[in-house]
Amino acid sequence: MTLSEVAKLLEAEVICGEQYLDQELEFAGASDLMSDLLAFGQPGILLLTGLANTQSVRTAEIIDAKCVVYVRGRRPSQDGLELAEKSKMPILSTKFLMYKACGLLYSRGIRVTGDR
Amino acid sequence: MASRQNLSHAFEIQGGDFGKAGCVSLEIKEILRDLGIDPAIVRRTAIAAYEAEMNVVMYADSATVMLRLNPQGIKIALDDKGPGIHDIELAMQEGYSTATDQMREMGFGAGMGLPNIKRNADLFELKSTIGKGTSYKIFIDLGSEEKT
Repeated sequence: MTLSEVAKLLEAEVICGEQYLDQELEFAGASDLMSDLLAFGQPGILLLTGLANTQSVRTAEIIDAKCVVYVRGRRPSQDGLELAEKSKMPILSTKFLMYKACGLLYSRGIRVTGDR
Repeated sequence: MASRQNLSHAFEIQGGDFGKAGCVSLEIKEILRDLGIDPAIVRRTAIAAYEAEMNVVMYADSATVMLRLNPQGIKIALDDKGPGIHDIELAMQEGYSTATDQMREMGFGAGMGLPNIKRNADLFELKSTIGKGTSYKIFIDLGSEEKT
């Protein structure tokens, strides 16, 4: 599944990085706790979170995430948006709750790395 | 561009500055990536640096960070001025945390930081003096990209 297909599946608004949505996605991770993502997030994941501060984008960049999806209609801070644009990190925003967004992605074959 | 054979770069971190928390680690990551270091090693270094940087922002007054690279590996020496760590053995346990609500609202303070530095580093040395500060010595072997 491409990031573009993810955006359609989650009925998400593309906040930035539309030109990078042709990337293929296999894995995702979801948490509001950046500590967990730093400890268990694998490179190349799509990161779902409700934490829409700059730290979520910085964490995504540090762990080599492929894309950030904010749930519950959250949007990035201005600093976060600027960092995402500089880092070529696509940012999506879906109105779906975390549980539904994760469920939809899982049902379409997006898995957790290492199947943890 | 700095030479891969002999790189030395100093940074400063300000305690309590959540707005800039992570900027030094991203800079370190960019420097190492630009030097063509293996992405898995760059990632491990960046994660270890970021966890240490967040500790400074959350708990210390300030810190100096020295990044050094030689043909064997990457060294990060971080020395902070702050309250120090009372019980390093306890602080190294996953889940142990003295974080405040503000830290948790930022997505941190789960007691994962120090163990995660150890997980990503090939060598990690932590020393602390109560009332003075904490020093982190992190070494990543350039031949060990498969560690995590």
